[in-house]
Amino acid sequence: MKQLYYEVKKCLGCKSCEIACAIAHSLTGELFKALKEEALSLPRKKVSSSGDKNYPVSCRHCKDPKCVEACMAAALVYDKEKGMVLHDESRCVGCWMCVMVCPYSAIRPNIKTKIPIRCDKCKDKDEPSCVKACPTGAIIWQEEVEVIK
Amino acid sequence: MENFKEKSIDIATQEVLKKAKEENIKTAWDRLELQQPQCGFGQLGICCTICDMGPCRIDPFGEGAKAGVCGANADTIAARNLARKIAVGASAHSDHGRDVAHTLSLMSEGHAHDYEIVDIEKLKTLAQEFGIDITKTKEQIAKELSKKLLEEFGKQEGELIFCKRAPKKRQQIWKKLGITPRGIDREVVELLHTTTMGVDNDYKNLIATGLRCALSDGWGGSMVATDVQDIILGSPQPIRGKVNLGVLKEDYVNIVVHGHEPVLSEMAVKASLDPELIKLAKSKGAQGINLAGICCTANEVLMRHGIPVAGNFLQQELAIITGAVEVMMVDVQCIMPALQEVASCFHTKLVTTNPKARFPGVTHIEFEAKNAYEAAKKIMQLAIENFSQRNKERVNIPKQEMDLVAGFTKEVVFQILGGKYRATYKPLNEAIISGRLRGLAGVVGCNNPKQTHDYFHNTLVKELIKNDVLVLQTGCSAIACAKQGLLIPEAAKEYAGRGLQEICEAVGIPPVLHLGSCVDNSRILTAASYVIAEGGLGEDLSDIPAAGCAPEWMSEKAITIGFYFVASGVFTVFGASPFAVLGSDNLVHYLTHDLEEIVGAKFAFCDDPLEMSKMMIAHIDKKRKALNLKPVMYA
Repeated sequence: MKQLYYEVKKCLGCKSCEIACAIAHSLTGELFKALKEEALSLPRKKVSSSGDKNYPVSCRHCKDPKCVEACMAAALVYDKEKGMVLHDESRCVGCWMCVMVCPYSAIRPNIKTKIPIRCDKCKDKDEPSCVKACPTGAIIWQEEVEVIK
Repeated sequence: MENFKEKSIDIATQEVLKKAKEENIKTAWDRLELQQPQCGFGQLGICCTICDMGPCRIDPFGEGAKAGVCGANADTIAARNLARKIAVGASAHSDHGRDVAHTLSLMSEGHAHDYEIVDIEKLKTLAQEFGIDITKTKEQIAKELSKKLLEEFGKQEGELIFCKRAPKKRQQIWKKLGITPRGIDREVVELLHTTTMGVDNDYKNLIATGLRCALSDGWGGSMVATDVQDIILGSPQPIRGKVNLGVLKEDYVNIVVHGHEPVLSEMAVKASLDPELIKLAKSKGAQGINLAGICCTANEVLMRHGIPVAGNFLQQELAIITGAVEVMMVDVQCIMPALQEVASCFHTKLVTTNPKARFPGVTHIEFEAKNAYEAAKKIMQLAIENFSQRNKERVNIPKQEMDLVAGFTKEVVFQILGGKYRATYKPLNEAIISGRLRGLAGVVGCNNPKQTHDYFHNTLVKELIKNDVLVLQTGCSAIACAKQGLLIPEAAKEYAGRGLQEICEAVGIPPVLHLGSCVDNSRILTAASYVIAEGGLGEDLSDIPAAGCAPEWMSEKAITIGFYFVASGVFTVFGASPFAVLGSDNLVHYLTHDLEEIVGAKFAFCDDPLEMSKMMIAHIDKKRKALNLKPVMYA
């Protein structure tokens, strides 16, 4: 099962991943046209800075997902096989509980559509669009590795 | 298997790209791939690096920053970025013009013996425009004229003399808007000033200053370049030539001239005919010396001497990859930094000649007007000596070459249409008025690997001539269509609509006319002014049923050309990506709508050549209707 990893030292904070993410989730899949779509596709990944480092932040698909626990509409489900938190948008009531409980602030509210915005690992593509977009290779898409505590 | 057809419609290009792939030589197309995806902020024009409080970016999704640290919003940032590009484009053409005028000056003082006044008529015509007494000796006239021309660059007040070539009404529009250019250098400097941190924050005002700067190029620097080149190198006449990589010859010493300033390449032409050098070449086992060109230097030597054209912008690396080029000598503009590495894969010697454009570690043979012929000879010798280093097994020249006719200037077109003894624009105007000709189109500009090479130029031009629009071309666009056989008289029968066909057959011209290099876009402006002066098609350039397009543009110079066309009243379509302005809705609306009310023309952005032709034809028809012209004869 593949996950997104980051080599934080390499992140220059260019935000190319943000733009690529928004385009990937737009209807047309093209930058110029995506900005004209009625329901604007927003980036599911945001680059934050802390100290002298930049951190591309998106849903980490935790094995023990707080958001799933907090979801009162059962719109969020953890799929063990895919290693992903799945979001059934039709069930979502826009209560923002997931936004509040996420320890990484990786889920953002889309006020307009009243649906939270979160990474879906570009499920229809070979690899998430942010990986290809990163000009320095700071975003890595690889098989999950055990992290020794 | 890579699809080379998606990269270019030109078979010669496809073949050499295949060879490059096999030999693992990287070209612009490969580097474009490595750049994917390209920066969204950059594409939208909303990244600002002007001051050190930044770099700042505006969030195109409207969630984050709406202003940079200084407070500049997307409109200001996009307009400033665009304005800077206009200034740079204008500086390139105008600095070229200055160098040519300087050569005229040196020549008139006896310091540039390799040049002479070739077109005395043009010298006198120009001198009269500047109020110089033409009864003096030609040397004296040249001296006074060059002084006046160089003064145009440093002028602080008044207006550029060439602006008087524009129809009265157009001049009034410029005056009313306060965009009449005052001095060539001043407009570039002033525009740059307005874009620095904390000066002009009004995108509309930035564009107005940009329009004035662009006019100082079109009706200034570029016009100086074109006209003085005609004086000292000769005015082009219709001439046959050949185009595409097939013009390189296997058993000859191949020398490719590339860049934009023809003052040196003219000497290269002369040196390539030098019997001693030819003898030297033969002594090294070659059949002789074969000179060919790339980009606008190619257009210049083609127009004046029929020197074959090896290709357009995206073929510069490919010419070297044929393995048959001994020397590629370059001057300024559009010379890819990548040439050095590509040349290092072969015996090819890259030679820089201009102190403004150097490569680290590359042979530099500096060219000055004083030593022009000597420098050219030295480069030829270097090429001849290099012939023995060629690895014959790696030579692979595509067979493709095509005939073309070039050399149509504003003077020549109308001699042809009107006859030598009654040279007049009347037949052209009448053709438009009667509806035999729908209108005119200028299709110009570069190549851009983001689009299928040459496809946009050819698809658009074929569609235009099919609809009885006479197409005027310059630069790499002209080379693109020449390669596909649109620049021969026979093309009229195959591709042109019935009305255009009748005209082409009657006077024996191709349906697509090659007017020269990209500084020669100034020829289109003066030609259009003559059309107005002839009468029957309105009082202003914006009245003419005409449109412009740069379908595969990439250079800042193309932006400037677009701006001086629009500022002169010509509706202009840009292909590839819009000029990095889409991050500002207000600016886009201003350029593509509001400008028409202000200067009588606007921009359009389009990425489909058939759609482009529809836009241009619709505009031409709108102008025909406004003039109450008869319906198009063979619609």
